[in-house]
Amino acid sequence: MSDKNKKGTESKTYKFDTLSLHAGYQPHKNAGSRQVPIYQTTSYLFDDVDHAAALFNLERGGHIYSRISNPTVGVLEERVASLEGGTAALATSSGMSAIFLTVMTLCEAGDHLVVSSQLYGGTVNLFRLTLPKFGIKCTFVKPRDTEGFKKAIQKNTKGIFGELVGNPGNELMNMPEIAKIAHDAGIPLIVDATYQTPYLCKPFEHGADIVVHSLTKWMAGHGSSMAGILVEGGNFDWMQNDKFPTMTKPYEGYHGLSFAEEFGPTAFTMKARAEGMRDFGPCLSPQNAWNVLQGIETLSVRMKKHCSNAEEMVKYLLNHESVAWVSHPSVPDHPDHALAKKLLPNGRGSMIAFGIKGGKDAGVAFINNVKLASHLANVGDTRTLVIHPASGTHSQMDEATLKFAGLSHDMIRLSVGIEDIDDIKNDFEIGFRAARKPRLVSNQ
Amino acid sequence: MKFKVNGDEIFASTGGRPFDKNKPLIIFVHGSGLTHMTWVLQTRYFAFHGYSVLALDLPGHGLSSGKSLKSIEDMADWINSVIDAVGYKEASLVGHSQGCLVTIECTARYPNKIKTLSLMGGAGAIPMNPELLALAENGDPKAVDLMMDWAHGPAGHFGGHPVPGLYHINTGGMLAKSRTIKDTLGVDFRACDNYKNGFEAAKKIKIPTLSILATDDKMCPVKEGKKLANLIEGSKVDIIDNCGHMMLLEEADRVLKVLKNFITTNYPAK
Repeated sequence: MSDKNKKGTESKTYKFDTLSLHAGYQPHKNAGSRQVPIYQTTSYLFDDVDHAAALFNLERGGHIYSRISNPTVGVLEERVASLEGGTAALATSSGMSAIFLTVMTLCEAGDHLVVSSQLYGGTVNLFRLTLPKFGIKCTFVKPRDTEGFKKAIQKNTKGIFGELVGNPGNELMNMPEIAKIAHDAGIPLIVDATYQTPYLCKPFEHGADIVVHSLTKWMAGHGSSMAGILVEGGNFDWMQNDKFPTMTKPYEGYHGLSFAEEFGPTAFTMKARAEGMRDFGPCLSPQNAWNVLQGIETLSVRMKKHCSNAEEMVKYLLNHESVAWVSHPSVPDHPDHALAKKLLPNGRGSMIAFGIKGGKDAGVAFINNVKLASHLANVGDTRTLVIHPASGTHSQMDEATLKFAGLSHDMIRLSVGIEDIDDIKNDFEIGFRAARKPRLVSNQ
Repeated sequence: MKFKVNGDEIFASTGGRPFDKNKPLIIFVHGSGLTHMTWVLQTRYFAFHGYSVLALDLPGHGLSSGKSLKSIEDMADWINSVIDAVGYKEASLVGHSQGCLVTIECTARYPNKIKTLSLMGGAGAIPMNPELLALAENGDPKAVDLMMDWAHGPAGHFGGHPVPGLYHINTGGMLAKSRTIKDTLGVDFRACDNYKNGFEAAKKIKIPTLSILATDDKMCPVKEGKKLANLIEGSKVDIIDNCGHMMLLEEADRVLKVLKNFITTNYPAK
C-alpha cells in the first residue's frame, strides 16, 4: 500500500481538541449562531397531536419538556459523550444526582453493589446510609484490594462502583482488572472519573461501562456552575443474563418497551432519561449547561497547566520541612505509580494529598493563613483550593469510617489551580510558617 | 420478536408494538455490519400508525443466530423466506445501503410479493475500497472507524443526533462492533463487492419505488443513486441536503417524512 493510499484509509473523524469545541452542535440548524444558544424554555411546541404522540412514544427524536431534555443541555451531553468515546450521555443538576440516577436506573430494592471505600464523603454517605433506605445494600472494598472486589460480589450484585483515583487519598483502582472481574460476573463497572476528565483518561478504553462526572469540577473548570453527567460506553450486553429485567423485559412505564432490544448501545441512557428524569427530575439548567460548555472548550489547555503545576507542587512539598508525607500518583514511590502511568498517560491529575507536621492543629493553622489558596469544599477550580478533609468534606464520618476511607487528621487536600506556580508556593510558605507556630498565629 | 427462518432463530424489532398479522407488513433491511437498531427512528412511527413492522437482524448479526449470508442473492432469497415464515403473502421493503442491494434483488426475484420499495443511500453496485475490505475481512476495528467516518456527512461528524444525548458516530461504531467484525462486516462487504446484478434487477422492478439520496453521501453518491433510480420505471427520488450516508439517523425526521408520505400513499394501512 502506498503512502498516498495509507492516508486514504486513515479515519478523519475529529480529534479531542476539535470535539471539545464543536461536538454536538450544528450552527446551520440554529439560525447560524456560532455560539451554542441558551434555550431558556420549559417546553416545546408540538406540530399537531400526532407529533406530540410520536414524541411521547419515542417514535421520533425531539424535546417535550426541559426536565427530560433541552437543546442546550443536549449539546453538552453529545459533547461529553464524544470526548469520552461513549455512545450517549445524560446531564444532571450535579455529580451526586448523576450517581443517584445511575444507581436507580441499574438497581431495584433487594439489589447490591460493590463499592470502592475511597470516595468523596457525600458519595460514601449515599452508598452507606441513603441507598439502604431504598433497599439497595453496598459492600465497601479498599480500592487497591482488587481480589476483594471479586470476593464481595453476591448473587444480587448489579455493579461495581468506584472513583479511578480515590478522594482524597489518591489511591487508584486497577480499572482493567476490576472491569474483568465485573464482566466475568456479568455486571457493569461504573467509574467516577471526575478527577481525570476525558483528557487524562477515557475509562471506556480500560473496560468501564458507565462513566459519571461531576462537571462542576475540571470540566466546567471555573467554579461557577453545578452539573453532572452519566455517559454510556455502549459495550455492555444487558441481555447476557437475567440480572437486568428492567432493561431487557417489556417496561410497563413505556408501552411495553424493552430498552435493550430497541436501543442496544444507548439503552442505559435512554432508560435513565425516560424513567429517571421523568420520575426523579434532577435536570440541568440550560444556563449551567452553557457555562460548562464554555469550560469544556478549553479543557485540554487547562488540564495541561493543572497537571504541570501539580507536578511542580509535588516536588516542592516533597522537599519541604513542614510536610510529613505527599500522596500523588506522580511520586515514584506512590504504590500506584506504575498503574497511573498506564492509565493516565497525559498527566496524573491536579489533586494532591499531603500530611502536615504537627497534626490537626498545624493543618487548621495552615488552612486559616493561606491567602491565595481558597479554603472551600470544591475541587477542580481554575484557582488553587485547599481543605482539611477530616473537619470539612468528610466530617460526617466517624473515626472508624475515616480510617477505612484512608483519611488522617494531618491530611490537607490540595486542588492545584492554574495560577503562576511561584505565587502558589509563596502562599504556601505563609501557611507553613503559621503551621509551625499554630497557637501564636491563631491568637492573632 | 424471535422466529425461525431456515432453522436459525431470527430477531426483528416490531417497533415497540405487538406483531399483528392483520396489518400490512413493512420489512426494514439494515446496511453492512449493522443491526435493526439503525431503524429505530423510522420503525416505531409505522408500528404506532397501523403497520406491522419487522426491522430485521440479518443472520449472524445483532440478536439473530446463524451465520452471515455470503451473497446479496442469498440475502434476497432469505427476505422472501422471512415473509413466508411470518405468514404473510406480501410486504413493503425498505433498505439502507447494502439493504438496498438486497431489496432490489428481492423485488426483482419476487415481483408479486413486494408491493413498494424504499431505498436509502442506494446504488446499483457498491464496489468496496480494497483496503477497507481487507481491514474488515481481517476483523480490524479500524474498518468500523473508517466506515463511520465515510458514512457520516460533514454535519453528522459534529453530532446533532435527533434523540437528545446520543452521539452518532460512536453509536454506529458500537453497533458494527456488536458481533465479530470479520464475520459480519467482512462478509457483508465481500457480498456487496461481489454483487453485479443491481442494474439488471432494477430494470425488472415495476412497483412504486422511492430513492432517498443525500448530497454529502460519499459511499453511495447522488450520481450513483440517480443512475439506479433512472432504471426503475416511475421511480421517485428525494434528495436530502447537508447529510451523509447515515441519513436515517443524521436526518431522521426528514427521512421519516418522505418515507411516510410514500408508504402511506402507495401501501396504505387499513
